[in-house]
Amino acid sequence: MSDLTNLTITEALDSLKKKEITSVELTEAHIQAMEQNRHLNAYIVETPELALDQARASDARRSGGDVGVIEGIPMGMKDLYCTAGVQTTAASKILEGFKPEYESTVSKNMLDEGMVMLGKLNLDEFAMGSSNETSGFGGVQNPWKRKGDDTVLVPGGSSGGSSAAVAARIAMGATGTDTGGSIRQPAAFTGICGIKPTYGRCSRWGIVAFASSLDQAGPMARTVEDCAVMLQAMAGYDAKDSTSVNCEVPDYRSLLTGDIRGMKVGIPKEYRIDGISDEISKLWDDGIAWLKDAGAEIVDISLPHTKYALPAYYIIAPAEASSNLARYDGVRYGLRVAPEGGNLIDMYEATRAAGFGDEVKRRIMIGTYVLSAGFYDAYYNKARKLRKLIWQDFDNAYKDVNVILTPTAPSAAFGVGEKSDDQIAMYLNDVFTVTTNLAGLPGMSIPAGLDANGLPLGLQLIGRPFDEGTVMNVAKVMEKAANFTAMPEMAQKKAA
Amino acid sequence: MAELIKGETGAWEVVLGLEIHCQVTSNAKLFSGAATEFGAAPNSQVSFVDAAMPGMLPVINEYCVEQAVRTGLGLNAKINLTSVFERKNYFYADLPQGYQISQQEIPVVGEGEIEIDLADGSTKMIGIERLHLEQDAGKSLHDQHPSKSFVDLNRSGTALMEIVSKPDMRSSEEVVAYVNKIRAIVRYLGTCDGNMDEGSMRADVNVSVRKPGDELGTRCEIKNMNSVRFIQQAIEYEARRQIEIIENGGKVDQETRLFDTSTGETRTMRSKEDAHDYRYFPDPDLLPLVLDQKWVDNINDNLPELPDAKKHRFIGDFGMSHYDASVLVADKPRAEYFEQVVEGRNPKLAVTWVTTELMGALNKADKDISESPVSAKQLGGLVSLIEDDTISGRIAKDVFAEMFETGKDADTIVEKKGLKQVTDTGAIEAIVDEVLKENPDMVEQYKSGKDKLFGFFVGQVMKKSQGKANPAMVNQLLKSKLS
Repeated sequence: MSDLTNLTITEALDSLKKKEITSVELTEAHIQAMEQNRHLNAYIVETPELALDQARASDARRSGGDVGVIEGIPMGMKDLYCTAGVQTTAASKILEGFKPEYESTVSKNMLDEGMVMLGKLNLDEFAMGSSNETSGFGGVQNPWKRKGDDTVLVPGGSSGGSSAAVAARIAMGATGTDTGGSIRQPAAFTGICGIKPTYGRCSRWGIVAFASSLDQAGPMARTVEDCAVMLQAMAGYDAKDSTSVNCEVPDYRSLLTGDIRGMKVGIPKEYRIDGISDEISKLWDDGIAWLKDAGAEIVDISLPHTKYALPAYYIIAPAEASSNLARYDGVRYGLRVAPEGGNLIDMYEATRAAGFGDEVKRRIMIGTYVLSAGFYDAYYNKARKLRKLIWQDFDNAYKDVNVILTPTAPSAAFGVGEKSDDQIAMYLNDVFTVTTNLAGLPGMSIPAGLDANGLPLGLQLIGRPFDEGTVMNVAKVMEKAANFTAMPEMAQKKAA
Repeated sequence: MAELIKGETGAWEVVLGLEIHCQVTSNAKLFSGAATEFGAAPNSQVSFVDAAMPGMLPVINEYCVEQAVRTGLGLNAKINLTSVFERKNYFYADLPQGYQISQQEIPVVGEGEIEIDLADGSTKMIGIERLHLEQDAGKSLHDQHPSKSFVDLNRSGTALMEIVSKPDMRSSEEVVAYVNKIRAIVRYLGTCDGNMDEGSMRADVNVSVRKPGDELGTRCEIKNMNSVRFIQQAIEYEARRQIEIIENGGKVDQETRLFDTSTGETRTMRSKEDAHDYRYFPDPDLLPLVLDQKWVDNINDNLPELPDAKKHRFIGDFGMSHYDASVLVADKPRAEYFEQVVEGRNPKLAVTWVTTELMGALNKADKDISESPVSAKQLGGLVSLIEDDTISGRIAKDVFAEMFETGKDADTIVEKKGLKQVTDTGAIEAIVDEVLKENPDMVEQYKSGKDKLFGFFVGQVMKKSQGKANPAMVNQLLKSKLS
């Protein structure tokens, strides 16, 4: 039998069904892998005992004929999801030690469908970052290395623990959240798949909020089909989230027909930005060719307001964050620093100064500034107007096309510390991904090739609202054409 | 009617506007399912949402929206079919989210107007600017521990309606009448219990002064008033303070002030420079609140009769004075009591017995109409006995006193004490004859022109009949016998 940690979710489900393996065996293999790869710092909290309990219960259910969509599959949970009785920190010191008494809707849905939870995955603090370097619990290492170069690379962010864990085979799949690209960019940096569903498709209830109008939960896994299986378990209407949409969740796997003949794929000219590397450009052309070969029609489109997406995003997201993070004040839970003889304001200041990292503080300040009297119209209101225009761009485009193809990120994974001094360069990581968050659309990244250094690169598919099915079907076609079989060297050694 | 204040430099006009916060009558909070009962143990009615735990989200309580719309309709106001919840951001220990969910740009209820009743019997229309829904904060307790403050989140997230008036009031009397009318309206509607002492109705008062005809002056806001009497005192103090400043060559600073109940003075709470920048923005956790016109119409069709409509009906149907009508309708239970008494009876008698006798007795006993020992049905019984001449008005007062004392029916008391009025001509004639026979001298004097003695004869007859003789019949018989 092949290494259990190298199975895809669908392969493992198949083996479990055929009684070739048990969930306990699968879980034990992953717990062992998790222990062997602690240097990656992918998990903030490991929950091996809980996982084994869940695996045993899953095996019992299976023998009783009660089988969920992801029955018995060991996965990691981004530490932004509140998990009952298990520390939830959002990778912030301000929440260290916080154990929620409630389970987020999405993780509850997954547990109900048979998930085994291995632990809580590292991320950028409060999901603010593109490299996982802002975590209050240390950065995460990308399991990939440049050819012949031992530089430690970032796994992308904010779902960097998730992307690293899935790529390093220490989770079969992982949840992510995506506010400006936080599922897709780390997926691209680690050679895995990840989909940000339509805003409203997955409940936000119980997920620590970063920017409420942009945040969306989604799956990260090694194949398109695995993402489809996971999304099936995660999605659904939730009356506890007023922005959740009551719209039927289709059987995603059945939509992966591989037949995209006659489908129209839009190529937005505005995404050919200055400074885009030849490698990325070429990869994009490859993607276009694969889809053409599969019978799709390629349509040149224009999304004229694309260049305003990044600035609009970096106004709206911090504005919402500055308000969402006001609750971390040391009064009710989490960190409290109360200076001797100080008053309430002193306690707020000391607690928040000690509990939040620099990037979080920076965004709270930006957000507070853009919402302030006298600046509100110039920044926040203007950004809202731009957001509407960006949405209209897509709405117009979707009159002609079914799906849009773009690169996921402007570069491959970079080295730790290489961009952390240059905020603008860091924020530019999101240039291809933020538009879909602003428009609320589904977007998926799949690994499409390697750069000259042997690092994975991703392509992005953007779909119509609630049409994740088409996005994943087209992604499946590209996955087949790209035939991406590369693995991080460390994972190869293990597999051998 | 504008009531001007005399200053050193002439007459001043006071301009007043109110923001009244009404706690919405509802079993659950505005955005969480937690209960809202008054007086529960601290922090026993707090959900994860109210405590702003990470990842918690608000979900609008439809019933609270219905209550706000009902109130808006009761204020004759425009209902906005689309309104938006926004976040008002500020830090305080009893504000767990670090923001209050409120409505800023587009409130659920727009402009309206109500009629207020003044002591001289006149009325005045007061404009309503808006009504919006918002969450209440929790409560900080600073007197429980020498060095710590405690926080009780029971009230956190409770639904409030903030009713904002236009600056249409010109005297503390008008403000009091306005507060009373708003309270009457929400109580009639059942949308707020109007209890100021429990904090379910609180008012912020905006005060400015100007010379009649001038532009509006700079206003000060007096926060968190929870008694009509204090509101009146605060306005009077604040208006004088502002006049004095201006007359001494100074300038009124726009600021938020507090009323000190022990000194009867207002003092600075927050100057304009220290005013919060609340950074309002649409709450991304909530979609715009969209109402269906049919749903609103249905609420409108099922509104109860409101105080002003009832007042005008009382005046029209029962010919009562504006003053009596406004007193009766000011309190819903009182109006209902009256309507039960007047049903099928003489309106004039019913008005007198409710407004003068009953309310006089209740006032003396310091009781509310809901605690009246005499029920509306019982008082109606007494009025009926007067109306059908079973007892005289004079006897009725004694009967009422006993009813108030014992809670017994008028019938029972009249029966048991034999207080029935004598209307048998023969019996009265016998007494009249007896009296005339016993007082021949007086009869002589009367006949020789001393008309005043007539009253003496009436008194004697009434005395002999123990007050039960029908006064009209006594008069008539005496007149004919003495002529």
